[in-house]
Amino acid sequence: MELLAFGKTGWGDELFYATLMTIAVSVTAMLVGFLFALIFTPLKLSKYKTLNFVGNFYTTVIRGVPELLVIYLFFFGGSGAIMYVASIFGYYEYIEINAFITGAVAIGIISGAYSTEVFRGAIQSIDKGQFEAAKVLGISKFGQFYKIILPQMLRLAIPNLSNVWQITLKDTSLISVTGLVEIMRQSYIAAGSTRDPLFFYSFAAVLYLLLTYISMKLINKLEVKYSRGY
Amino acid sequence: MDFDLMFTSFPKLLGATVVTLKLLSASLFFGLFLGLFFAILRLNKNIFINKFAYGYSYVFRGTPLLVQIFIIYFGLGQIEYLRSTFLWVVLKEPYWCAIIAFTLNTGAYTSEILRSAFQTIKPGIIEAGKSLGISNKIIFYKIQIPIAIRQSLPAYGNEIILMMKGTSLASTVTLMDLTGVAKYIISTTFKPIEVFIVAGGIYLFMTFVIHNVIKYLEKKYSFQQ
Repeated sequence: MELLAFGKTGWGDELFYATLMTIAVSVTAMLVGFLFALIFTPLKLSKYKTLNFVGNFYTTVIRGVPELLVIYLFFFGGSGAIMYVASIFGYYEYIEINAFITGAVAIGIISGAYSTEVFRGAIQSIDKGQFEAAKVLGISKFGQFYKIILPQMLRLAIPNLSNVWQITLKDTSLISVTGLVEIMRQSYIAAGSTRDPLFFYSFAAVLYLLLTYISMKLINKLEVKYSRGY
Repeated sequence: MDFDLMFTSFPKLLGATVVTLKLLSASLFFGLFLGLFFAILRLNKNIFINKFAYGYSYVFRGTPLLVQIFIIYFGLGQIEYLRSTFLWVVLKEPYWCAIIAFTLNTGAYTSEILRSAFQTIKPGIIEAGKSLGISNKIIFYKIQIPIAIRQSLPAYGNEIILMMKGTSLASTVTLMDLTGVAKYIISTTFKPIEVFIVAGGIYLFMTFVIHNVIKYLEKKYSFQQ
């Protein structure tokens, strides 16, 4: 237990901040994922074959390639790509992106592919009559989506989004390879300096279990909220 | 685009694919038995056996695979007692540590898939078997298992693909699998996009093959023929 003491003698506070970091990266990645889903879901549902292809290409490639490989692509290629874009605008200095952004974007793109599939499934399972009825009532396009489709879609999507959240949370452990100090990286550092990997990695496992357990409880509440009336 | 690099790295990456496939097939093979074993425990009426199986699948599904590999590879070597037993022969090899971690992980997911498959079998089918005087053992092996396997094919297909992606974590414990070699080439040439296209292409090809084999099996063993 001494190993987990807060302050200079133990690793308690470091692991606590690392846990916050894991939560921060996961939430950011999930939001980045929603952003991607917002772009790619309409593409997948579009009538145009080319747009369909772009949407399918994104979800197929990202879901078929290991997360670690995607992270390496961003870790090694991220600053190069940014510098290339910057050089077009006449900026030639070295640009380094911090590990948090690299990690959150890489995991976000992965989580976005899963979210896209969830949203596509949810929208497709809404009764066609709902779209038609909204149109007949003369509701604006924005109102149709925001007031009629979205609430119904969320109810269907939340159970699956909860899975996506769990996957995203666990995927953040892979960002440790880029040096971002989240739970896994902090455990690695602690294990290295105390020569006690068994304890620290087991403790990391407990932290992840706690995070998944708590988030499941919270999502269950959301699920109840959005299924009222059913 | 550096096409030369893509051509020269392709055979290296293809060689590393063999390691990936070995890891995948070994862990799927052992994981299937482990999953079946724990699925049967989950259906047991004894609450302790039941809870034990649930705890196993909960822990392994609730923690990242990376943590599991690290506990087995870095953690277990710390126990003095283990070092003196024959288990050490296995546990000092990163290759076997990776296979053990993958097996335990896929076993947990497989047990959930099989459990739900067993539970969705209509009771009428089992009752029909009983009324025909077939013994419980035969009902289990000849009726429940084949139906459960058919039921769980789509979900198990996803699990195979997830596991294939999971084997990339073997590269974190010094194994040179497809991702390991890809990372090595990237970090020596600093050409991440070219290597990603080739390595990602190989992974996608494997996903494609697995997906279609499962689809074929689903069609072959569907109830309506």
